[in-house]
Amino acid sequence: MEAIILQVLNGLDKGSAYALIALGLTLIFGTLGVVNFAHGALFMLGAFIAVTLRRVFNLSFQTIDETRTDFLGNAMTVNTPYVEHWFGPEVGSTIIDWSVPLAVLVAIPIMGLVGVIMERGLIKHFYKRPHADQILVTFGLAIVLQEIIKAFYGANPIPTPAPEAFIGSFDFGVLLGFDPFSIMYPYWRLVYFGFSAVIIGAVFAFLRYTTFGMVVRAGMADRETVGLLGIDIDRRFVIMFAIAAIVAGLAGVMYTPILSPNYHIGMDFLVLSFVVVVVGGMGSLPGAVAAGFLLGILQSFASMSQIIEIVPGINQVIIYLVAVVVLLTRPRGLMGRKGVMEE
Amino acid sequence: MSKGNFTRRSMLKTGVATGAALAVPTIFTGRVWADGHTGFTNAPGEDTVTLGFNVPQTGAYADEGADELRAFQLAVQHLNGEGDGGMLNTFSSQVLDGTGILGRRVEYVTGDTQTSSDAARSSARSMIERDGAIMISGGSSSGVAVAVQSLCQDAGVIFMAGLTHANDTTGKDMRANGFRHFFNTEMTGRALAPILEGLYGTDRKVYHLTADYNWGWSQERSIRAYTEGMGWETVNNVLTPVGAGDFSSYLTPVANSGADVLILNHYGGDMVNSLTQAVQFGLRDMQANGKNFEIVVPLFSRLMARGAGPAIANIHGSTNWHWSLPDEGSQAFVRSFGTEYGFPPSQAAHTCYVQTLLYADAVARGGSFNPCSVVEALEGFEFDGMGNGPTLYRADDHQCFKDVLVVRGKENPENEYDLLEIVEVTPREAVTYPVDHPDFVEGQLGTCNPGA
Repeated sequence: MEAIILQVLNGLDKGSAYALIALGLTLIFGTLGVVNFAHGALFMLGAFIAVTLRRVFNLSFQTIDETRTDFLGNAMTVNTPYVEHWFGPEVGSTIIDWSVPLAVLVAIPIMGLVGVIMERGLIKHFYKRPHADQILVTFGLAIVLQEIIKAFYGANPIPTPAPEAFIGSFDFGVLLGFDPFSIMYPYWRLVYFGFSAVIIGAVFAFLRYTTFGMVVRAGMADRETVGLLGIDIDRRFVIMFAIAAIVAGLAGVMYTPILSPNYHIGMDFLVLSFVVVVVGGMGSLPGAVAAGFLLGILQSFASMSQIIEIVPGINQVIIYLVAVVVLLTRPRGLMGRKGVMEE
Repeated sequence: MSKGNFTRRSMLKTGVATGAALAVPTIFTGRVWADGHTGFTNAPGEDTVTLGFNVPQTGAYADEGADELRAFQLAVQHLNGEGDGGMLNTFSSQVLDGTGILGRRVEYVTGDTQTSSDAARSSARSMIERDGAIMISGGSSSGVAVAVQSLCQDAGVIFMAGLTHANDTTGKDMRANGFRHFFNTEMTGRALAPILEGLYGTDRKVYHLTADYNWGWSQERSIRAYTEGMGWETVNNVLTPVGAGDFSSYLTPVANSGADVLILNHYGGDMVNSLTQAVQFGLRDMQANGKNFEIVVPLFSRLMARGAGPAIANIHGSTNWHWSLPDEGSQAFVRSFGTEYGFPPSQAAHTCYVQTLLYADAVARGGSFNPCSVVEALEGFEFDGMGNGPTLYRADDHQCFKDVLVVRGKENPENEYDLLEIVEVTPREAVTYPVDHPDFVEGQLGTCNPGA
């Protein structure tokens, strides 16, 4: 029982990341009809905003400490971050420690801007082109962004820890009446799950309860009719693209303590997220979220040694197997609208 | 106007065919033919000699690759008489005088293995065929080392392995043209097991997570043989994909498995992630079977320790070399490297630097770049002054035998480099295994191939 609860928990954070990326992908596909292969790159950009902010906070000046020696036996060079100098060691180190949550605030305007620039600068020229063209151009853009990050940050993963207050694990075992230590789950992963739930809830509430959202939903259902009513649907779609970019970026920012970011982290998640979108149903927002969590949890179960012993390698193919089965039995995906994938 | 037989298309066809026909004889005038005259592949000219450094510049082992490249560049500097000479001053053989190799200035080309055997073979082939490299060194994966070693054997150049720890490199897949200075998983087992026994006793239950490729299998097999030999029970061994990133779904079952020790047969970025996540999941704080839960990292390195941060505290493992070794050779290298780059070298950097100097020295002692002369000079070669004490390049399998270090992650490091402390220097005699050891006996060196 403990093992099952653990794997469900374990699937939640991975599922949260899949769901957030798939949500953005679906928003863009549903509103603009664009298959955005650069969406994973937006997740990566978010992660590197967190890395950059931490580096900015760590910008230091050097002093020489004659009382200590470095590895060469020379007087030790001591680096003091400016934020520690300006705000005092205690406040300064807290600011550095909290760089990942603080990066969320920085990422919102930056990712929004990136989304608008991407949509106005490139994507809008491909609205009326075939999906194959859209895939090629967005995939190309993803590679360009990836290579830019690699040129600036190198190929190595860059550890970006969570605030110290969130280091360690929560003992679900004790809470649920099992043995202590039987169900341990890291605090930050719980934070990530909670954060994802808030973001997903906010996007749904925005679409459900605002006039803007209502128009966008109408546009998703029938773009031409909404346009004929004299509504400037294009402007709204730009905003939706920006929102999708922000969601992907925030997913990336908050994921950095879970997995040290590197330049191809976006591509790693993108492929799986597309499978999530297809399984959930192209164009279905609830489908994307539900499939994200479902596949995350399934992937976790497939990694259990008891399962791998019976079917070796199942952990690496389970998601694709599920996609094959779903597409064979229900081509529109679990919650997809009829017609989207069945034309 | 009559239509001639030569249309544009037929002219093109004829042109291509003629070009191809004319190109064939260039085989007899090109590099390969020229080398044939000197009897071996890529014989250098009078002025320069080219070495090929094939390192992972991307992927899970990119950290190691970057440090390897720094070391290679430093070795080239020292061979060419630039810088402070580093270990040339402490090396027991004193035939290298800073005038290149046999009077030729050393040049080098680099490739990216991408930690993939195919990519590594492709870049090594390019360096041999296009750039004329006469020796290939580097790599940071046993899968890559085995693949490139085999290619070098076929091409007729020397392969001086970089970071490769699997037994197969000088066991099942040994080649006459290939040499390994780095230690292997058998030596890790021999050095580490007695320390683990002293620390954690003889009654332990072990869960292995193992990188699913050549090295991971070798590491797990060796460490399992020695831990089971001292009474530890193996509860489970789960294979994990290289570059998995998130190991959480592999780590969560460990807590309820009945194990009280987790052995992470991972390296590089994978180790950083799996160790960090194991600590995040509270395994270090756990108690199982009435004992404190322990994590062991059989192959440790400072670069990994840096990536894993505080998670390394009190974790034990083995390493080929460490910058804090007090011997003259190690300190000379640390001084050179530290002055050049501002931080101490890793074990990957050390082994690559030493391999480059050993190759150059073998050429100089043999008086020829011919791979067969190099093989002869390196086989059974005893040397000192390169760290790890007196070292033997055993003739039977081209494996170096030297002291092996057991290290522990420091709890309160004084600075970002002071991450590992040496717990034990296991003497060479204790880690030397017989030539007919079951893990190695399958291999056949064959004969050296000078190529051309």
